[in-house]
Order: sequence, then C-alpha cells, then structure tokens
Amino acid sequence: MSKFLKWFASDSFVVSLAAIVMGLLLGAVVMLTGGYNPITAYMALLKGVFGSPYGFGEALREMAPLVLTGLAVAFAFRAGMFNIGAAGQVLLGMTGASLIGIKLTGLPAIIHAPLAIIVGGLFGGLWAALAGYIKAKRGVNEVITTIMLNWIALFLCNYIVRTFLLLPGNQRSLDVESSAWVSIGWLSEMMGNARVHWGILVAILASIFFYYFLWKTKQGFELRAVGSNPEAARYAGINVNKNIVKAMFISGVFAGLAGAFETLGVFHYQSVYSSLPGYGFNGIAVALLGMTHPFGVLAGAGLFGTLTYGSSEMSFEAGVPSEIIQIVIGSIIFFIAAQGIVRYLLKPVYKRKKEKVL
Amino acid sequence: MKKAVKLSLFMLLAFSLVLAACGNNNSGNSASTGSEGEGSKAGSDIKIGMVTDTGGVNDKSFNETSWEALQALKEEQGIKVEYLQSTSEADYQPNLNKFVKGGYDLTWGIGFALESALGEIAKQNPDSNFAIIDAAVDAPNVESVLFSENEGAFLVGVVAGKMTKTNKIGFVGGMESPTIKKFEIGFKAGIEASNPDAEFTAVYASGFDKPDEGKAAASTLYNEGVDIVFQAAGGTGNGVFNEAKDRKGQGQEVWVIGVDKDQSLDFGDDITLTSMIKRVDVAIKTVSQQVIDGTFKGGTTTVLGLKEDGVGIADTSSANVPQEVLDEVESYKEKIVSGEIEVPTVK
Repeated sequence: MSKFLKWFASDSFVVSLAAIVMGLLLGAVVMLTGGYNPITAYMALLKGVFGSPYGFGEALREMAPLVLTGLAVAFAFRAGMFNIGAAGQVLLGMTGASLIGIKLTGLPAIIHAPLAIIVGGLFGGLWAALAGYIKAKRGVNEVITTIMLNWIALFLCNYIVRTFLLLPGNQRSLDVESSAWVSIGWLSEMMGNARVHWGILVAILASIFFYYFLWKTKQGFELRAVGSNPEAARYAGINVNKNIVKAMFISGVFAGLAGAFETLGVFHYQSVYSSLPGYGFNGIAVALLGMTHPFGVLAGAGLFGTLTYGSSEMSFEAGVPSEIIQIVIGSIIFFIAAQGIVRYLLKPVYKRKKEKVL
Repeated sequence: MKKAVKLSLFMLLAFSLVLAACGNNNSGNSASTGSEGEGSKAGSDIKIGMVTDTGGVNDKSFNETSWEALQALKEEQGIKVEYLQSTSEADYQPNLNKFVKGGYDLTWGIGFALESALGEIAKQNPDSNFAIIDAAVDAPNVESVLFSENEGAFLVGVVAGKMTKTNKIGFVGGMESPTIKKFEIGFKAGIEASNPDAEFTAVYASGFDKPDEGKAAASTLYNEGVDIVFQAAGGTGNGVFNEAKDRKGQGQEVWVIGVDKDQSLDFGDDITLTSMIKRVDVAIKTVSQQVIDGTFKGGTTTVLGLKEDGVGIADTSSANVPQEVLDEVESYKEKIVSGEIEVPTVK
C-alpha cells in the first residue's frame, strides 16, 4: 500500500498531473478566445462519457485499442526502439482476424473467436518482427522501416480485402462469421447497444503481462538491458539481436491484438482504408502520456479515450468544435514531453514548501 | 510525499478557480455573441441532424454541400439543425445515436461509408427516421438517395469530346470504388458519343484526401498530351486543379472538369472548363422537407438522375464552352431523359 502511495507522490506522477492540468487550462483559454464557456464544455465532455451507460460503454470501446497500441509503442520503447509502425501492425491484425473470421466457417465460437484473435496478434507481431529483423541483421533504423512498412501494410491489407474478402460493390469486406465475434452481448444490451467487447479485458491483462514480463522475468531483464545500453548488454553476454527481434515481435502482437478486436468486436467487417487509420499514432501519444509504463499507459488511454470520445458530446451539447480537444491532447503531450517547462513552472511551489519546512 | 499531495491539491484548486473565473467572464459577453448557433425559436420545432463521414464538414464536397443545404432550410423554415463530424470509422454509430437519443426527427448519414453503421442504428431504433446519401439501406425507417452520376458525367464527356484539341482526354478518380467507376464509365460514354476518335485514359489515386497524388496523376496525363482532365476525386482533385494552374501559368492550354459542385467558383474559370453537378443539396432539401411536412415515409430508394435534375452540368459553363457545344449537350440530355440513350453504368 505504501508502495502505491509512493508511486502517487513520485515526481513523474506529479509532473504528468501538472501537464494534464496545464493542457486542460490551455484548452480552456482557447475556448475563451473562441467565445465558448469552458466549464459547460468540460461538463458536457464528462457527461458524454459518464452520463449514460451507452456513453460509458462506447468510451470503453474507444479505450481498448488505445491501451493496446499504447502498450505496443511503450514496450518497444523499453527495449530501446521507437515503433512508429503500430498503425500498420493494427491493420495486419485486422486482416488476420478477418481472414480467419470470414474464411473459416462452421467452427464453434469457443475455438473460432480465440483463433481469430491469436492469428490477428501473430500477423501484427510478425509484421513488426520484420522491422526488428532488418534492424538486427543490417542495422537499419526501425523508425524508418516501420514507417515504410506502414504503407506496405496499408496497400497489402487493402489488396487482401479487395481480392479475397470483398463484399461485392462495397469498399469493405464481408461480415465476419458470428462465431468469431467477441462482443459481449448481455453487456451491450445493458448499455443500450454500446459496442463493448472482450478487448478491454484483454488490454488490461496485456498491461499486467507487460509489467510482469519486463520487471519480473529474466527475459524482461535482458530486454531492458538492451534498451538501456546495447553495448553493455552485449558485453554481459546478452544476445542483442535476438532481443531486438523479440521486443519488436511482442510489441507488434499488442498492436495486432488491437486490430483483431476492432474487427471482431466493433465493426464485424474490415474496410478498405484510403489512408492509415489513426490507431498507431494515437498509440504513440498514449505511450508518452503513460511515460511508457504499462499502468501509466492504462491511465493515459483512459484519459485520451475520455477526451476523444467525450469531445463529440462537447460539440453536440455545448456547441464547442470537437477539434479543440485535439488542442488539449496536443498540449498535454507537449507538456509531458517538455517536462522542463512543467518543472520550471512548478519550481515556485516546491521552493515555498521547502522554506516552510525550514 | 505530503508535498506532492498538497501540490496536486493546490493545482486542482488553482485550476477550478481559473475555470470559475473564466466562466463568469464568459457569461457576460455570451449574451451579445451567442445565439449564433441556435435556430430562431419561432417556426417549427423540427430537429434535423447530419453525421459526416471522415472527410469532415469542410470537405469542399458533399459533406459541405449537405450542411449548407440544411442551413438554408434552417433559414427558410426556422427548424433546428446540427451536425456531428466523424473522426474515425468507429464514430459513425455513436454519432448517429446522439441524434437518436436527442430526439431528432431525422438523421442524415452523408456518404456510402455510413451504410452499415446507419443500417445497424436504424434497426436498433425503429421509431426514429433516417436518410442516407449515396448508399441504399434497406429498412422501413430509412430513406436512401442515390444519384445517376454516369448521366451527368456523360454530358461533361460530350463537352470534353467536342472541346479537346489534342484528341486526348483524361480522368482522375479518387479511389476505384463502384461510385467513382460510374463517373468514369459515363464520362467515357459521353466522349465516345461525341468524338469517337478521342483517346481516353483513366487514372486512380488511393484516396479522396491526397492532393499530392492528384497533382502527380494530372502531371502524367498532361505530359502525355492530354488537354482535358475530368476529376472525381474529392480533395485529391484539388491537386489536379493546382497542376492545371501551374501549366496554365506557363502558357500551356490545359483544362479541368470539376465535380459535385460548380468548381469554377473555387478554382476560377481560366482552368475550369465546366463542372458536373451532383445536387446533393436537392436531395437533402427534398427529404428533409418531407419530414417537416409530415409526409416522410422511408423505406424507399430514390435515384436522382438528369430527369430529376439530380445531376447536371454547371450553369456557368458558357464562360468557356461555345453555345453550339452546349446546344449539343442539351440535345443529348433530352435523349437521355426521354430514354433514347441509355448511359451505361458498368463496362
């Protein structure tokens, strides 16, 4: 318990909190200059998420992929890599799940749905491992390869959907067999048909796995060692290349799972995308918000999901353009990234306290 | 540790104080600036909402046209109108639902992308009314509006066939979808009818939001000697106009044919030869009016073609197109309306 309190009081927690407050304040200032009332706007935002079971369910739906892509980015980051390819890995995850969900028929739900999820996760993982392999073998920076692989993933997945899964005359795939759905029917019904699915539970389990794996296992120790200093890790006898591929694979599995759950739990089909959907880039934001800690990512996704989902209610109820929320999110991330500013602004507060103690 | 707790409390307090101050400040001037977004209280209390696709409400295309049409209705009839933008595909359902829960009398889904989301929500809420553009949803409470894009494209195809000097005509599509294919096929049929010798090339981009690809595609076409390009590519089409503008600046004789609305108003009639009009506004107004008058039935699919004035050619075409060509266009139009010519929809 005391450990928990310590974490609350930790420096990074205070800085995050201050960054969030400053982001909200900046958003309020922008609203004021636009002639809107920030209090009604923020109240409407909260009402959108917590005001009705439907809103809460849909906000959970919004959070599930955010947690998973956030974990994907954070995990690679812990191993010293910047996975910008979560967007592509999400798409691969969607495609893997769609292929199994549409092409395999007649399986009982107890096998079909988990199989589709696993294949989706594997697709994402292998796609990311490809970038890891290129880095391990040839030393090509993963930032570049993952960005390029994003586009390859976009067109590859569109090709697969168009060629093998297309619903004729439409820009989307056939419907996924209902045995592969991961929606939680009774909960959806209770929440006014909100599209809640098992993904949110899996996302929480994934963040526990992330924590346990990195900090409680030998393999996790190796990954972190490679992340902090690859040369030292090599000297200590750790196989750096193997760990790079492994880290990217696990990172990609997280992203792939996000995609699989979107297809199987939310849409029940896969669209032909004209551009990369925002999942991967939101994942980077969430990972930053959560300071690349798994439980921080959970909290970051909660915040990000609340803000983005609530923003439409804000425009609906209070007439405030939902783009303002993008400013709020952007400035929160800015303040978290530019921690120096936050610390500088907090300095007087710290100082005064010290004087009091003296 | 205490420090941090106190600090966070302090921050919270400061935040709420500032917010409170902001609120007070605002309530003073909102009386003067507000009430802009609200429809006038007089008139009917009908509420009509629309959900955009991911293009957003300022897409210079059908989302924008639809919203303008709804605003015009608000002006004329004093009804309440509202829109919600969708930032991702996943937003369609919750956005539609907001209007349903808000007790709106009609909810529009703009674009074929909303087809399955709207179908789903319509099924869940059989007592609410919906309408959708560019897609057919089979439900008793949904009115679907489709357009015969091929017929409008045929007319601008006739113009292109008559006006080309190099005998090469191009087409830039936003994405290889069935709707955009209809533009291409109708356009090609129009060219073949008016100028069988003309060469025709079609190029497709990978989306409706890629002006860079539109510019590159137009550049390729113009380099091959094409002098008229018809674009049906949404935001990607802006790149086509930019390329034409650059070349016109260098003295090259190139033209673009606009789409959806009279684009000579946006890009100037020195590069816009003519535009194929798709009267999304007519559709929005007609169906919304049914709701206002209480005659809305739903469950039907309306196809708006040349006959219904749902598609056509821009009124400002006479700026660049000589009268004899326009007369010819008119005669083709009559033949299509009378059924003498049937414009193909598929190859």
